[in-house]
Amino acid sequence: MVTARKVKMTVPKDIPEKWFPLVLPLKRKKQKGLNGATSKKKRTEEERKVRANDREYNEKFQYASNCIMTSKYNIVTFLPVNLFEQFQEVANTYFLFLLILQLIPQISSLSWFTTIVPLALVLSITAVKDATDDYFRHKSDSQVNNRQSQVLIRGSLQNEKWMNVRVGDIIKLENNQFVAADLLLLSSSEPHGLCYIETAELDGESNMKVRQSVSVTSELGDQNNLASFDGEVVCEPPNNKLDRFCGTLYWRDKKYTLSNQNMLLRGCVLRNTEACYGLVIFAGPDTKLMQNSGRTKFKRTSIDRLMNTLVLWIFGFLVCMGVILAVGNAVWEREVGFLFQSYLPWDPPVDNFLFSAFLSFWSYVIILNTVVPISLYVSVEVIRLGHSYFINWDQQMFCSQCNTPAEARTTTLNEELGQVEYIFSDKTGTLTQNIMSFNKCSINGQTYGEGSDPLGPQPKRLDFTPFNPLADPDFCFYDDTLLEAVKVGDTHTHKFFRLLSLCHTVMSEEKSEGELLYKAQSPDEGALVTAARNFGFVFRSRTPGTITTTEMGRSVTYTLLAILDFNNIRKRMSVIVRNPEGRICLYCKGADTVLLERLHPCNQELMNITSDHLNEYAADGLRTLALAYRDLSEDEWEAWSERHRSAAKAASCREDRLAAAYEQIEQDMVLLGATAIEDKLQEGVPETIAVLSLANIKIWVLTGDKQETAVNIGYSCKMLTDDMTEVFIISGHTVQSVRQELRRARDRMIEMSRTRDGKEEGVEGCFMGNGFREGQGDSRGGERQLQCPPPPPSNLMDNISGEFALVINGHSLAHALEADMETEFVSTACACKAVICCRVTPLQKAQVVEMIKKHKKAVTLAIGDGANDVSMIKSAHIGVGISGQEGIQAVLASDYSFSQFRFLQRLLLVHGRWSYLRMCRFLCYFFYKNFAFTMVHFWFGFYCGFSAQTVYDQYFITLYNIVYTSLPVLAMGIFDQDVPDQRSLEYPKLYEPGQLNLLFNKREFFICIAQGIYTSVVLFFVPCAILSDATQSTGVPLADYQTFAVTTATALVIVVSVQIALDTGFWTVINHVFVWGSLGLYFSIMLALQSQTLFGIFPNQFHFVGSAQSTLLQPVVWLTIALATAICIVPVLAFRFLKVDLKPQLSDTVRYTQLVRQKKRKPAGRSVGGAWRGVGSVSEGRLGARGSSRRSGYAFAHTEGFGELITSGKNMRLSSLAMATFASRHSSSWIDTLRRKKHSHTNTPPSASGESSPAPSCVSGSIPPLSNSSSVLCGSQDAPIEEETGAAPDTQTASTSSTQNPPAPALASEAADGSAQTLNAGVLTPAALRSQGGDSPGGWTISLGAVQEALLRWKGRASASNSPVKLAE
Amino acid sequence: MGKVKPGPLARRPDNSAFKQQRLPAWSPMLTANTVLPFFYFMALICMLLGVWLLLTVQSTQELKLDYTEAGTCNLCFEKRKNVSNAARPCNCTVVFNIKKAFKGDVFFYYGLINFHQNLRRYMDSRDDAQMVGRKNNLKSPSSYCMPFDKNKNGVPIAPCGAVANSIFNDSFTLSYMASRGSVHVPLLRKGISWYTDKNIKYRNPSTENMTLPQVFEGTAPPLYWQKPVYELDPLDKNNNGFINDDLIVWMREAAFPNFKKLYGVLYRANKPFINGLPAGNYSVDISYNFPVQYFRGRKEVVLTTLTWFGGQNHFLPIAYLVTSCLILLIAILLTVFWFKFGKNGQNMEE
Repeated sequence: MVTARKVKMTVPKDIPEKWFPLVLPLKRKKQKGLNGATSKKKRTEEERKVRANDREYNEKFQYASNCIMTSKYNIVTFLPVNLFEQFQEVANTYFLFLLILQLIPQISSLSWFTTIVPLALVLSITAVKDATDDYFRHKSDSQVNNRQSQVLIRGSLQNEKWMNVRVGDIIKLENNQFVAADLLLLSSSEPHGLCYIETAELDGESNMKVRQSVSVTSELGDQNNLASFDGEVVCEPPNNKLDRFCGTLYWRDKKYTLSNQNMLLRGCVLRNTEACYGLVIFAGPDTKLMQNSGRTKFKRTSIDRLMNTLVLWIFGFLVCMGVILAVGNAVWEREVGFLFQSYLPWDPPVDNFLFSAFLSFWSYVIILNTVVPISLYVSVEVIRLGHSYFINWDQQMFCSQCNTPAEARTTTLNEELGQVEYIFSDKTGTLTQNIMSFNKCSINGQTYGEGSDPLGPQPKRLDFTPFNPLADPDFCFYDDTLLEAVKVGDTHTHKFFRLLSLCHTVMSEEKSEGELLYKAQSPDEGALVTAARNFGFVFRSRTPGTITTTEMGRSVTYTLLAILDFNNIRKRMSVIVRNPEGRICLYCKGADTVLLERLHPCNQELMNITSDHLNEYAADGLRTLALAYRDLSEDEWEAWSERHRSAAKAASCREDRLAAAYEQIEQDMVLLGATAIEDKLQEGVPETIAVLSLANIKIWVLTGDKQETAVNIGYSCKMLTDDMTEVFIISGHTVQSVRQELRRARDRMIEMSRTRDGKEEGVEGCFMGNGFREGQGDSRGGERQLQCPPPPPSNLMDNISGEFALVINGHSLAHALEADMETEFVSTACACKAVICCRVTPLQKAQVVEMIKKHKKAVTLAIGDGANDVSMIKSAHIGVGISGQEGIQAVLASDYSFSQFRFLQRLLLVHGRWSYLRMCRFLCYFFYKNFAFTMVHFWFGFYCGFSAQTVYDQYFITLYNIVYTSLPVLAMGIFDQDVPDQRSLEYPKLYEPGQLNLLFNKREFFICIAQGIYTSVVLFFVPCAILSDATQSTGVPLADYQTFAVTTATALVIVVSVQIALDTGFWTVINHVFVWGSLGLYFSIMLALQSQTLFGIFPNQFHFVGSAQSTLLQPVVWLTIALATAICIVPVLAFRFLKVDLKPQLSDTVRYTQLVRQKKRKPAGRSVGGAWRGVGSVSEGRLGARGSSRRSGYAFAHTEGFGELITSGKNMRLSSLAMATFASRHSSSWIDTLRRKKHSHTNTPPSASGESSPAPSCVSGSIPPLSNSSSVLCGSQDAPIEEETGAAPDTQTASTSSTQNPPAPALASEAADGSAQTLNAGVLTPAALRSQGGDSPGGWTISLGAVQEALLRWKGRASASNSPVKLAE
Repeated sequence: MGKVKPGPLARRPDNSAFKQQRLPAWSPMLTANTVLPFFYFMALICMLLGVWLLLTVQSTQELKLDYTEAGTCNLCFEKRKNVSNAARPCNCTVVFNIKKAFKGDVFFYYGLINFHQNLRRYMDSRDDAQMVGRKNNLKSPSSYCMPFDKNKNGVPIAPCGAVANSIFNDSFTLSYMASRGSVHVPLLRKGISWYTDKNIKYRNPSTENMTLPQVFEGTAPPLYWQKPVYELDPLDKNNNGFINDDLIVWMREAAFPNFKKLYGVLYRANKPFINGLPAGNYSVDISYNFPVQYFRGRKEVVLTTLTWFGGQNHFLPIAYLVTSCLILLIAILLTVFWFKFGKNGQNMEE
């Protein structure tokens, strides 16, 4: 594991091979081409023919061997290839060009080493990095290539290294082994040639999949028969489609069609199968795994782009300076130099002043090139790397439950994290945990599970064990009245739980007596059955015809007569069972909308009460189900059963007839009650969303879920609130209707905001985002921002006040994304505070992101956890992967990954903000210092006849950027903080400058440049004026060149050091060491370079001998330096002070209060910045007003067909078989998956079913309790929160350590105000045509790193599999 | 990384202040009670310095005498216009008057105006290795010296290069016209260069009992020189070759086109110069060799007394005074702004 991690650290996803992402996308294309070219160049294979057991035949085709090579270099090729790659970078080439210029003696104004030293430094740093990366690739390659596999050679199994496996070989795989190449499954130890694989390393799906061999080969059985197998496979050439394979097997003059169902792909792991044999079809680089390991799209930050533009401008500036000085040179040479020729004749090739001017131009280009120093790019990379490490190291983004720290997988995007405006979030697994908990129920008009008294003490979690030894210890319920009701034997309650224990398709597994493990197809079901189990109705086991339960300690076996399966139209499921007494009963559970229609009209009152309860539950964001039963007489059953049988047998319209049959029996039912299941939000989701929206970040939820579920979640995570002015739902099926609905929504918005503005002007301040009321807030922070007048109404849509939300359906979205609708959709959607898109396909997710990127020019962030989010993650500016249950696919595609949604606020508001701030400060200072440094030459040009004489010693020029000034600015760029991390979470408004790009833009750049030029003027003219008349006390004049050079250089170093001291806002030890160290280094290096010793060895190189000693001993020199420093710094200081004083930014204010606070009380240690850490899920809190909106959603995440499987008994056999053989190895819902897949793959390709059929996960004891006691039903926490926030002004400091600390509610009003302003920033461009697919990659792509990781993990697995007992993970 | 921790927190990042970005740090901020006092303090310091420097500078005296065409030098000026007369000696005298006695040490400079010692190619055109006495370089000067590395006959030039070639070769004799007749004003011509130059940077090739002429045998003097390098100072044998003070002074290139270089210091051992230069008439006899008309230059003689920071350097004190005034002005403005409009975050305080 350690090695694997190490590799991961050193081989990030896209190794920032772009050290210098300078200029022009031209060469990117080249690189992209390279990847594909290698495979295409060799041959254009049109189809592949493979004959089993015939190496001679297969060798004719020269198929790639199974040896993989992900490394780029070897020892010999490293230097040339790497240098070649590096010089493809424009910046490097530019510096090489300068170097060449410097070798021309007529031009060379500087020694060659002034360029070659920094260049060599940069090249070698990059080379070392590349070499390290490649070394690890070599290592992992050889590890993978040297794995052993069993190959069938001449009838016997021989151990071979992976790399020696050839196409056409038959290899034997054993359980838990990695598949060595893409194999055609020939036979397996399991019946029907089935075998099971886990594809987590390949596509990230953690569930198990089944593969089946072609029946003829599966009969071959053992190796003796296989040795003589000589079938020939003709199939498609290598490609990267993981879910598709087509080919034909020719054997014994017969043709057999092959599909993906017959293939075992490299990277998969064999599970639950003793052994199997496969024929190698694709090997090594041709395997789908390797074909997928393309590089991901190179992302670049906006600062990068700005920087490149600025660098180009600076080049332009450089050329201008060069031209000016060249013209000056021409004039001077004509007027003066011409006459001066007796003392200094022109160099031989120069015969007139124009030629001299031409040379002088190039000389000045060399001298002035330091305005864009090569160290800029290296420094930027170093800083970003540092920021990435800080993200990796952040303990507060470490999830102790899943033992995953946050990881910055891309090191080049950090500062963009501080500029995010739109967040696109997946729902399942990202906002929610995908864990359902049984929260409330209503039985016979009586509701249970309500928090008894919100102000009272925390209710105790019920302990079921004394009552029921079979209870699941992890089950949480707080209302003891329900348990009492069960205990006293209330019939309704018993019926209620009996229904729950019978009416489901859950499978059970009992490892030892009483240790039950439920394998539910959907987590909802698992939660319901577990609830029944704890309340004394324990589902024990099932056979195709029976269900065995333990009811109140008494074992009961029901005869299962029929399962009326669930589907999306019916929205309900029923079972018909016969109890031991022989009574037949139908139990039904389903969506209330559907179920309430089918009740017996006898008890209208109960129906009303239950309906009210359902409304209540729905308002709390719970997923509801209604339960009902019906007693059947024997005759009724017989009649229906007959009808059912005939319907089931019907050849045509089977589905419809079955549905009709079901419909017939599910009538006149008696209502039992309703359940409410909480789709558990991840910890801290509502708070995170609240904070993020206070930071003016728009959050869009894109989910594959149904509308009801999505809206429910929207409410429970406080994206939608009942305080919202209106929630629009767009669900049109045609272009027209969608357009109409959008228009209507927009008109309504305009109308509403108009009436609002008219009637209650300024009142909107009292409703703040996410339902926080101002009354709760304190007055802390930033009312001033409120005062700034709203921007003039340029566009009505930009001025929407009030809170709107938009919910749009998948099919409507498809229309809305069409080219002509796009603008309309964007303008409507962006005026809303919250947007929820449901039933969205992965491609659509990417399209939505692309659309916002295109129309809003805003920085987007996509966050998700599943394979279906990959396209979105890749197309957004920043992709964040939640490393959760759904595998690693999203993480692999992402730029950042962590395991909890709530870490997002820290990533953005703390790390992103800091990164942006630091990068901006760094760039400002960097440009400043180089202009101050370089422009001195320009002024000197006017005194030295434009002869390109430098002001400084050449060593100073060489070392200035890489030694004297690099470290302090690096320290600032890495460590600086304006406000501590807790503050930036408390004041989300602090995030705004990043979004508006205020800290570094063209204006700021020009200010820096101006300041730099001003400094250079001072640094030149002050010493010039003073020294020209000054002498030493011995009378020796100080006006000589060397004294002047030393004085100016020293003044420069001191001025820029003082400036960095001013810029640094956070002086750590490191800053001190670097700043003082750099100054010290300057003096010591200077004294060393001008020492007698060096001069003695190289008199021509070190002719400054003694200058430093003589110069720096002169008081007048120090007076000069002091004067220059004062003149440079005083205006800056005054300006800064005025800015802070008159127009303080929020950060200044926060900083000031911090300072005052620190002074007031001696810092009792910096509080661990955990204001938001561990904020319990207040999600189920009752903050939202209720009752106004009825949102009842039937939340069956089921797929149909499961019931049929149970009754058919197929899976029973399989499961018991599997249990017998493999119980000790692996247990998960693999059977379910297998069955489901077998049934569904005919109509839905597995990959497409991603979101709509969430991977079943075990709701079982094996899942650690993710929530502590405070997280469920903590209604009583309500009041304390309010109290605390009310008292916040006083307890502000103390509260940082407390868990509950809502984000400065007062700021919320600004957020509401500010968000409207942000809207104005976007320009509504007319709809432009855009291709549907865009460039969002729809297919599977696995990065190189993924492959490596996958292959390395094999080691760990292999060793783990040796242990005999391996329980469910 | 390092050692692997056991348990579920194995991958938990270290809780070090560095990794958690919680290093103890000082976060300074520009507040009124730090910035404003600082400004006033700065203004005060600058003011005091400026006044002190100004008072110091007032005590100095300086006399500049442009002799390019002055007095009898007019003739020499005309003579030097013609290149063919370059080798012919020309002497002239300029008379001047000192109204107020120069008290203390008096320094004698020659000054050049519009002479560019700071051109890149000019500055490069020298061979420090030769001048530090390397024998190899003596015989084969560095290519940087081109075209002054070898004479027409291919004999290496010592010292080579444009700098040495263009050495200022006027010489001066100062006389005081006392009532009793003219008195020679003694000038110390030694110790006028940097210590490091005289003792480290310039060395004659090691002699080993050879005389200097022998050492320099096989080399030619620079083109414009009238005498070889080993005969620069006929009075002092040890002031010849590369360690000649005048040569060293010249070789230290000036940063700007108008410069002065030290020629000598008044020797104050005898009357009437014990206290400096008395008031009265003086004449300076000039051996007028250096042509300046080609490049429209001027030549001058500067006599000055010094303070510890140089001659009559008025810029420094005035710059300090002006700066101090500006800082004071800014400080006052800042105070007013702060007092009237300043928010300073107070009202934001909780």
